[in-house]
Amino acid sequence: MGISGKNSGAILSKIATNNQHGENSEYFDGWKAYDKDPFHLSRNPNGIIQMGLAENQLCLDLIKDWIKENPEASICTLEGLRQFSDIANFQDYHGLAKFRQAIAHFMGKARGGRVTFDPERVVMSGGATGANETIMFCLADPGDVFLIPSPYYAAFDRDLRWRTGVDIIPIPCSSSNNFRLTVEAVGWAYKKAQESNKKVKGLILTNPSNPLGTMLDKDTLKDLVRFVTKKSIHLVVDEIYAATVFSGDNFVSVAEVVNDVDNSEVNADLIHIVYSLSKDMGLPGFRVGIVYSYNDSVVSCARKMSSFGLVSSQTQLMLASMLSDDRFVENFLMESSRRLGTRHEIFTIGLKKADITCLTSSAGLFVWMDLRHLLRDRNSFESEIELWRIIIHKVKLNVSPGSSFHCTEPGWFRVCFANMDDDTLHVALRRIQDFVSKSNNKTIAKASDKDQVSQNNNAKKQKWRQSNLRLSFRRLYEDGLSSPGIMSPHSPLLRA
Amino acid sequence: MVSFVTEKKQNLNLLSRIASGDGHGENSSYFDGWKAYEENPFHPIDRPDGVIQMGLAENQLCGDVMRKWVLKHPEASICTEQGLNGFSDIAIFQDYHGLPEFRQAVAKFMEKTRNNRVKFDPDRIVMSGGATGAHETVAFCLANPGDGFLVPTPYYPGFDRDLRWRTGVNLVPVTCHSSDGFKITVEALEAAYEKARESNIPVKGLLMTNPSNPLGTTLDRECLKSLVKFTNEKKIHLIADEIYAATTFGQSEFISVAEVIEEIEDCNRDLIHIVYSLSKDMGLPGFRVGIVYSYNDRVVQIARKMSSFGLVSSQTQHLIAKMLSDEDFVDEFIRESKLRLAARHAELTTGLDGLGIGWLKAEAGLFLWMDLRNLLKTATFDSETELWRVIIHQVKLNVSPGGSFHCHEPGWFRVCFANMDHKTMETALERIRVFTSQLEEETKPMASTTMMAKKKKKCWQSNLRLSFNDKRRFDDGFFSPHSPVPPSPLVRAQT
Repeated sequence: MGISGKNSGAILSKIATNNQHGENSEYFDGWKAYDKDPFHLSRNPNGIIQMGLAENQLCLDLIKDWIKENPEASICTLEGLRQFSDIANFQDYHGLAKFRQAIAHFMGKARGGRVTFDPERVVMSGGATGANETIMFCLADPGDVFLIPSPYYAAFDRDLRWRTGVDIIPIPCSSSNNFRLTVEAVGWAYKKAQESNKKVKGLILTNPSNPLGTMLDKDTLKDLVRFVTKKSIHLVVDEIYAATVFSGDNFVSVAEVVNDVDNSEVNADLIHIVYSLSKDMGLPGFRVGIVYSYNDSVVSCARKMSSFGLVSSQTQLMLASMLSDDRFVENFLMESSRRLGTRHEIFTIGLKKADITCLTSSAGLFVWMDLRHLLRDRNSFESEIELWRIIIHKVKLNVSPGSSFHCTEPGWFRVCFANMDDDTLHVALRRIQDFVSKSNNKTIAKASDKDQVSQNNNAKKQKWRQSNLRLSFRRLYEDGLSSPGIMSPHSPLLRA
Repeated sequence: MVSFVTEKKQNLNLLSRIASGDGHGENSSYFDGWKAYEENPFHPIDRPDGVIQMGLAENQLCGDVMRKWVLKHPEASICTEQGLNGFSDIAIFQDYHGLPEFRQAVAKFMEKTRNNRVKFDPDRIVMSGGATGAHETVAFCLANPGDGFLVPTPYYPGFDRDLRWRTGVNLVPVTCHSSDGFKITVEALEAAYEKARESNIPVKGLLMTNPSNPLGTTLDRECLKSLVKFTNEKKIHLIADEIYAATTFGQSEFISVAEVIEEIEDCNRDLIHIVYSLSKDMGLPGFRVGIVYSYNDRVVQIARKMSSFGLVSSQTQHLIAKMLSDEDFVDEFIRESKLRLAARHAELTTGLDGLGIGWLKAEAGLFLWMDLRNLLKTATFDSETELWRVIIHQVKLNVSPGGSFHCHEPGWFRVCFANMDHKTMETALERIRVFTSQLEEETKPMASTTMMAKKKKKCWQSNLRLSFNDKRRFDDGFFSPHSPVPPSPLVRAQT
């Protein structure tokens, strides 16, 4: 920033200077490393493979095929040009009626037709990012809090809190019960917050979960709905991964529960859904965020706020046409689920070969990988970050450390698998397998001066750490906790 | 068993203060005309008696030029045969820096609309959800809740929402008067600044729209310099909303604040910010292309992080990038747009001149600032509102009353002319002509002003088809537009 003697720094707002945008978090370090050295199968085969981005790139071909066959969905084709001016002029914050209908219809189909959605409640926003912020603005005042199960999507810290002044209090979930959220845990967190004189306005959760990939069962959802109703607090469910279910049970939307639970036990005015096409359809660039609320006042307010982040009318039209096409939608949902399932299977089987397990999951674009056994110190997040840096710089995979999701147990990593082609996935798996097998076979070598792990530390500290790693490696053998064949002592050290 | 009755009151208690209040500004009468229009919109064939929309500042005059280009450049779309190859890359692109070619093209377009007298740096181009989003973002970056921005009146009503609603920032009006053509004077700025201080509102910046909405005037170089100097001296920010930059026609030239800061010695550029959009200059409001352009590096960084809340659809970025990179097209479009705006403006003003209706001399914008002070019963905003209701429901034109723009004086109306074709304009003028001649017939020249006022009152009542029992007031709290000036007798409309 150009601060000279004459042009003294201009005073900015507190929001502008408080770092609550969260971008100084380490979460982004992996991205930066990736940006400097991005993998490409032919052009940069030794680059870093991006596995930190929860994108769904598996079914874009289906979308492209549809677009080719439906030129009138675009305002730029010969067939669609006559709509250009009307669409270019259309800035009504209700959105194109056809768009709202198509979205409501798609949302229903993505939930297996088990529930229908009212187009009049579909409100646009600037991606799910905008939707989550908007719903906070509608439901809470600065200083109010929302409870949120952890681990949770890192950017919630920004989306829910930054400009709204709302705070979030995590409800830690742990591996002891496979990170399942229980009503008891929510009740406990609620009580604690109240005791600290915090004004709890609601509970927000992502279902299916990011980063876990797990889904809430119907009974738990029902209990949660009953809980919030009793306490008169809001329930916001971010269902952005609704259609990424690839195995096991059906996804149960909170919408289904609202229908099922007795009227006396659910106050629908407290129930709100955040949705988007970014994950289910793999279209994050189009910024299609949706706020869907059962509360009329919230719909009305969110709609007025949508002016700050409407979906481009050009994009509304295209998606309205696409998502009104039942045949396309049904095929897309089925095929997407199938491809995700296949990808997930290949990846988890490949990981098993390297003796790496993941949390059992049935949805999402990622796995929640268990690397606790590789930590120098199982209770230390510093260890987790060290391991992570090795994974980025040595194994050359950008994955996301559990701490960036506010996980309370070190050693878990979110690894995305749907944002690459098959070849790249196999390269990633091979790297993991190579890394694991190399560290099984060789003795620990001294890290070279160029070891990137030491970038931010002085040599002394690094030496100490290396000797500790050696010790833990040896200890693992001596303790008999592992033996080659059952659980290899994975050393995080690797000679490049 | 407890049943949950969803009473509105109980409902509202569940929501935030922001959601429960009126800060969205939609209870302003600015929107009443819209409602009347929506219920009965004019159509030359289907609804020839409908309300003609003259309250919407849209630029619909050059759609054909644009469509022609789009047809000739299928590669600009990711949905055409020629462009489909780029679909996937674009569909997954959500980087808040935006497509580099998009930023470059927008920077170039901004230069062209300022006659290439100044350069814009693509790295300072930050996206937002339309100008609406841009304004809110700027407010979030520069001010804390309770702080204030000075805003010269009359100003665009949307500012009340965009700058204040979710940010908690206040708007402090800088009163401008018709007596000097609504100029922004340093005296008025100082007075407003002082008033804010007295009310314990820390002033963080000055927001001006240049070319002006609703006036259509442009600031001359001297005035711009004085604004920069004023804000620099007070160490407050200067935000220039230049959304109408390319809508100048006729003799006047648009001078951007970007140009002026080059000419001021020791200008603190960290205080200078521009809000821009393609909604007016290019007539593409649906595409939500808002831009924050700041000379302050920190603001650029923060605004860019905030842009995640309102990025431009990558599909649209791609189209705009291609379109605005075509310099020949851009030159042609700007040129044609100015010509057509000038023609439509001339049509309206000639018609009004013929009816003796005054208007503020201006040569930019998509609207006219019409002077109907002499048609008011009394020089009050209540009278203005009454007159306005007559215009909507009887003359069947949706125009916007000056009070909704926080104008200091009643009797002014913003009339948009660039969102209709020639025939519709003719129809609108005809309706005005009929209305004014009706007024003419119903009043006779009177000796005493009091008697004339009484007679006028009677004629108003007979002309009103609807009774206006509900007195809508612009209750803005701190800044009521109610005029303190005592009612003056009406002057007869001239033919």
